[in-house]
Amino acid sequence: TLMTKPFRIFVACKRVIDYAVRVRVKPDGSGVETTNVKHSMNPFDEIALEESLKLREKLGGPTVKEIVAVSCGPKQCQEILRTALAKGADRAIHVDCKEENVQPMLVSKILEKLIRREEDVGIVLLGKQAIDDDSNQTGQILAGMLNWPQQTFASAVSVDGDRLVVTREIETGLETVSAPMPAIVTTDLRLNVPRYATLQNIMKAKSKKIQEETLESLGIKFTATIHATKTSEPQKRKAGVMVQDVEELFNKVKSLK
Amino acid sequence: MFRIWRRQISSAIFLEHAKGKLATANLAAIAAARKAGGEAVGVLAVDNATSPVIEEAKKLSGLTKVILATHPNYEKLLPEVTAPLLVALQKQHGFSHWWAAHTSIGKNILPRMAGLLAQDEEGIAPVADVTEVVDGSTFVRPIYAGNAITTVKTSGSINIVTVRPTAFKLDEMATAQVPIEEYKAEPAEMLTKWESEELSKSDRPDLGAATIVVSGGRALKSADNFKLIYELADTLGAAVGASRAAVDAGYVANDLQVGQTGKVVAPKLYIAIGISGAIQHVAGMKDSKTIIAINKDPDAPIFQFADYGLVGDLFTILPELTKKLKQQ
Repeated sequence: TLMTKPFRIFVACKRVIDYAVRVRVKPDGSGVETTNVKHSMNPFDEIALEESLKLREKLGGPTVKEIVAVSCGPKQCQEILRTALAKGADRAIHVDCKEENVQPMLVSKILEKLIRREEDVGIVLLGKQAIDDDSNQTGQILAGMLNWPQQTFASAVSVDGDRLVVTREIETGLETVSAPMPAIVTTDLRLNVPRYATLQNIMKAKSKKIQEETLESLGIKFTATIHATKTSEPQKRKAGVMVQDVEELFNKVKSLK
Repeated sequence: MFRIWRRQISSAIFLEHAKGKLATANLAAIAAARKAGGEAVGVLAVDNATSPVIEEAKKLSGLTKVILATHPNYEKLLPEVTAPLLVALQKQHGFSHWWAAHTSIGKNILPRMAGLLAQDEEGIAPVADVTEVVDGSTFVRPIYAGNAITTVKTSGSINIVTVRPTAFKLDEMATAQVPIEEYKAEPAEMLTKWESEELSKSDRPDLGAATIVVSGGRALKSADNFKLIYELADTLGAAVGASRAAVDAGYVANDLQVGQTGKVVAPKLYIAIGISGAIQHVAGMKDSKTIIAINKDPDAPIFQFADYGLVGDLFTILPELTKKLKQQ
């Protein structure tokens, strides 16, 4: 096999409401309550970040030149990027979009710009979906914009020469595909178990600089074409009943099947 | 004088298939397209002209015609060759809407198509996992693991929509002969190479389409104990599902995971056994018609969603229940 040329890894990190929080819909139907609610890095993005660190450990420092974490959204995204830096990312870029709802098309445009101005980006790692908008689109849109191969829903990633080999979680099981780098990879839950940042590294990350960008500085004009007009509570299920024993349960199952 | 210009709706539906069979989930995409109105054209990419899916596609009575592209490169419907095909057809026909099922194939291909189109044109943001079509530019979709429902309006030039398979039903499945129109395909470069697969083998009904689903969670404690779930499922002719905890612990394969990031099911009857009912699991099953929960913890959140609940030890309840059902 060929020797791998040194490359950079980009990791997209979204700030979302923490997965354990039960979200509340605002009474006026304008969205969900986000103030004074715990936010964290999107769990799938934590997996993407972890995979970048694992790849560097496996391939060696000189091969993975640099791991760059990117987040798009309000100022507080920098907290997410601090976590990424504490875990081992070398550099972070925050793109201040101001908009509350950062849509996949906008994020893809931003990532495309950032990637095109860098040299030697070999892999872009993203979570397969953000747990807030549940779109599952950004990696694929970006891959289309760049015309790069895409390997979505990854549960195993390895590098073989200049090719990326990825096992994907699909409806009927698993499939393995390979593609030349540069390529886009989106992560599934079973790819790895993210590490925790040590206190020492959290302290060290505080002194690392986060590069700040805006849509203007990147020369991006964006007009949203998807507009949320109403957000509501899902339909509530009517209260259920408890049965007392297996006999009663059996009768229910028998009548329902 | 003002004139209101309303663009005619014309839909293309990407038809997914695997192993020589059309996916059932296509019917939801067709039903959603028909809800928007206008003509509904199927788009089928196959690896050879004798593929049995062509005959199946001719019977999809919701369609006005099927555009057929044949080339060996389409065998696995890899997005790097399939999305450019859809873009080429879009440029030729100028459809107002593209639809596909929100499945691992559909969600892999349609957003890439949007990304390719965005290279030359503004405003092609795709809409994911739609559960209701209000009109051609108004869609309803769940967000936050189904804990909020949002209505979105689109103002883009083309609507690219993936639909939740369990949310739409195509009633008419007549024996219509849908005309086939051949498209001379010149596929894009194969950027990705398909290497191998490891498919789960099962004689049980397909999880996404089953009328009864029996799901097990962490409380099963081992892969071996999962046979209690299989026995009950087989007695009921049900599909088997699992929580993330059960998959992560290695009790069952990943394709059985029900939830926000796994499969979304909406069977007639869902039986959750030893599953606590985390937000992420409930997202994948709460639209089931009837939910039964068995759990030893009376405070497990799953009981808030269950129509019928039984508190107790699954290791004594399951064998007894299966035995009774077998005997009847």
